[in-house]
Amino acid sequence: MSGFVTLDGVRKRWSAKVTVGPLSFGVAQGEILALLGPSGSGKTTVLRLLAGFETSDAGRIGIGGEDVTATPPARRRCGMVFQHYALFPHLDVGENVAFGLAGQGKANAGRIVDALKLVGLEGFERRRVQELSGGQQQRVALARALAPEPRVLLLDEPLSNLDPALRERTRRELRALIKRVGITSIFVTHEQEEAFDLGDRVAVLESGGLEQLGTAEELYERPASLFVATFVGRANVLRGPAARAFGGGEGTGGGGGMKDGEVIVVRPERLAFAAAGVPAVVRERRYTGAAAFFLVETDGGERLEVLAAPDAARVGDRVRLAATSVLRFAEAHA
Amino acid sequence: MSARPGGGLTARVVLTVLLAWLVLYPILILVGDAVGGGGSGLTAFATRPAEWRALWASVWISVASVALAAAIGVPLAFLFEWFEFPGRKTLGSLIALPAVLPPFVGVIAFLFLYGESGFVARAVQQIFGLEQSPWRLQGAGGILLVHAYSMYVYFYLFTRAGLAKLDASMLEAAQALGASRWSTLWRVTLPLLRPSLAGAALLVFMTAVGSFSAPYVFGGGFRVMTTQIVASKLNGELRLAEVESVALALVAIAGLVLLRRSEGDDIVTALGKGTAPRRRPIGGAGARAFSTTAGWALAVLLLLPHLTLVLISLVPYGSWTTETLPPVLSGINYQRLFAEPERLRPLVNSLWMAAGSTAGAIALALVAAGLVARGRPSRLRGAIEGLIALPWALPGTVFAIALLTTFSVHSPVTLRWVLAGTTLLLPLAYMVRNVPVTGRALLAGYRQLDPGLEEAAASLGAGRWATFRRVTLPLLTPALAAGGSLAFVAGLGDFVTSIVLYTYDNRPISIEIMASLRVSELGVAAAFGVILMVVSAAVLGLGARR
Repeated sequence: MSGFVTLDGVRKRWSAKVTVGPLSFGVAQGEILALLGPSGSGKTTVLRLLAGFETSDAGRIGIGGEDVTATPPARRRCGMVFQHYALFPHLDVGENVAFGLAGQGKANAGRIVDALKLVGLEGFERRRVQELSGGQQQRVALARALAPEPRVLLLDEPLSNLDPALRERTRRELRALIKRVGITSIFVTHEQEEAFDLGDRVAVLESGGLEQLGTAEELYERPASLFVATFVGRANVLRGPAARAFGGGEGTGGGGGMKDGEVIVVRPERLAFAAAGVPAVVRERRYTGAAAFFLVETDGGERLEVLAAPDAARVGDRVRLAATSVLRFAEAHA
Repeated sequence: MSARPGGGLTARVVLTVLLAWLVLYPILILVGDAVGGGGSGLTAFATRPAEWRALWASVWISVASVALAAAIGVPLAFLFEWFEFPGRKTLGSLIALPAVLPPFVGVIAFLFLYGESGFVARAVQQIFGLEQSPWRLQGAGGILLVHAYSMYVYFYLFTRAGLAKLDASMLEAAQALGASRWSTLWRVTLPLLRPSLAGAALLVFMTAVGSFSAPYVFGGGFRVMTTQIVASKLNGELRLAEVESVALALVAIAGLVLLRRSEGDDIVTALGKGTAPRRRPIGGAGARAFSTTAGWALAVLLLLPHLTLVLISLVPYGSWTTETLPPVLSGINYQRLFAEPERLRPLVNSLWMAAGSTAGAIALALVAAGLVARGRPSRLRGAIEGLIALPWALPGTVFAIALLTTFSVHSPVTLRWVLAGTTLLLPLAYMVRNVPVTGRALLAGYRQLDPGLEEAAASLGAGRWATFRRVTLPLLTPALAAGGSLAFVAGLGDFVTSIVLYTYDNRPISIEIMASLRVSELGVAAAFGVILMVVSAAVLGLGARR
């Protein structure tokens, strides 16, 4: 594996049924990687393995060319922002930020100021952490993690504790800040939008395994598995005769007719009301402004979601559907 | 296993063995000695009716204490939590006053106040021109009076805490469904309070079963098991004392099991918390005036023992004979106490033994709680938790006899050394008795601690020791202060364990108080009592500060 941060066959076994890995991937210097997956997919375990809070059963973890697999957390030089921030309640903001700095007193004053300035909290040194808003606490946590100048920044669901309105703005600010510092960062999230917005690349995890690692566009346009196709973005999943009706020969997969056990996925925006195609009835319409989602039921009883211009159809209309592109996958076996 | 402090298996095994040696081993030795040893103790116990009477007395006195304490404490809690009246706040905290009176000192104060020649008896005698004292505070009645006074606090505090957690919307829901106020109380409020009430009942029962001071001072010919054990020990019948101790331990454990079972789950917390009902002002000027007057009268009643103690401590020896109130007051008792090294000795003894045993109990608890709270569930963890709690389940007298039995034999192979007769055994006993208090406080402290904080410290480069020193320890300070102050106060005022294990060289304050009473130096006894009370209150106050 190449990269600034590398995982090479890393595996952590929790119980006979629950295992994370073996995982192998690399993160380039200065890159922001999102670990995306549903709960229980192992994304937090990966982060904790990188931080050193968990020890792997097998494999090798490298940071900047150094093997840190057996290095205790205190010596890994990984800055970490915790989900609930884990600010020390008995210390004020300045003392929290100073915690990871070697030495004491005047020598650190400048670095504390710098770190707080970085997150826009200059002058907050003597404030109690309990007095801060959620957004401010998050920024103190970030300043504290960055102050000792770690090699890697790890963030565990950094935005999940903020209210939705604040979350989107903070996301942009966070990305700008990380890019300004230029630190290699890895963060955990279960929200696709957050992963796409904040990460340079996204690693999709499921049941402890890496499903796909790529840019947002790659994941959306060329998902490596049915799981990725349905987890990332909206998707109509079709099987059997319905799949054949849409996917017969003209899909991106090419190569003629459907095989047994094949599934096709059509994004809502890749379905269109057309002059010829699969007959259906519009059941619901959800207006979102620039476009509308139409819930359409085919004569075969399949319910599909179509994204189209708001005036493309009305509820109750008989329409015909055609797919402009489809994705094909082998049926996943449980 | 994650790389966190306290993960080591060796540490756990060592600690479990150490705790077992201190806490469980003496009990096993006690049981072994009582049952074995030729059965002389068993026979004596089984054939003497006095033994069975004392055992039965222990049971019914404890049950009656629970009933009395509940009858006083529960209504008071409702009054102070649900109603608003002038002086409610001040009175509400005054009402917990009996708690700062160490058990033995409280009993002495009661003796001075309600005893045969106490203030109240003298006043009644004076008013009605009686020849003799109108009553003798003796037997079961006297014991129950003291128990009710000192133990209702548990019901009061537990019920108030339970009521404060209660969600007002539940009571409103009941009323919206057509339930009257009474039926809401019976069908909603009280069932929701069950865990609190059962918790208080358990605490009162355990305290009453182990109560020694009140029966010792007021019992007279009426014996309960604790006084019976000490009497047997003083008579040199150690085997019998052992059997009696086991019998008492069985009563305590039976009570513990029964009450634990009735505790149920804490459903109130399980449902999450809402807002407690708002306090209702007591309507009507008359009712308000009555409740305020009654409240203050109660406060005075509760404060009387403290005041009595202070007053008596100012009475010079031999200056008070038949008058209702002492004619002369002076600070001579305190002066003598601090001027004569022999008199000061018990105070010094109590202070060092309380401090030393508290430090030991805290150290044990710190390690144990760290291992229990941070490790993964395991059998050893459960064992450590059980060992921490064990001394609480057994009356102090039982533990004292167990330690005496265990440590009066020299047999290093079986981990027994002769400590009886040395100054070490008593502080050791204080320490063992205090492990549950410090252990529970620190366990709670650890559980409130977000493990993420220790991880955050590690990710910022702090090693194990630095994390402990800079993060864990400062955050545990409130728990340390709370547990430590309770342990210190318990050691300082202890009488139960001391009377079994003290030597002349380490005689504590309580023993000196008893000795002073024997030679009728009431003023000196009271002065010691006042010092004990003031130091206890100060230490508890310090411990409760955040």
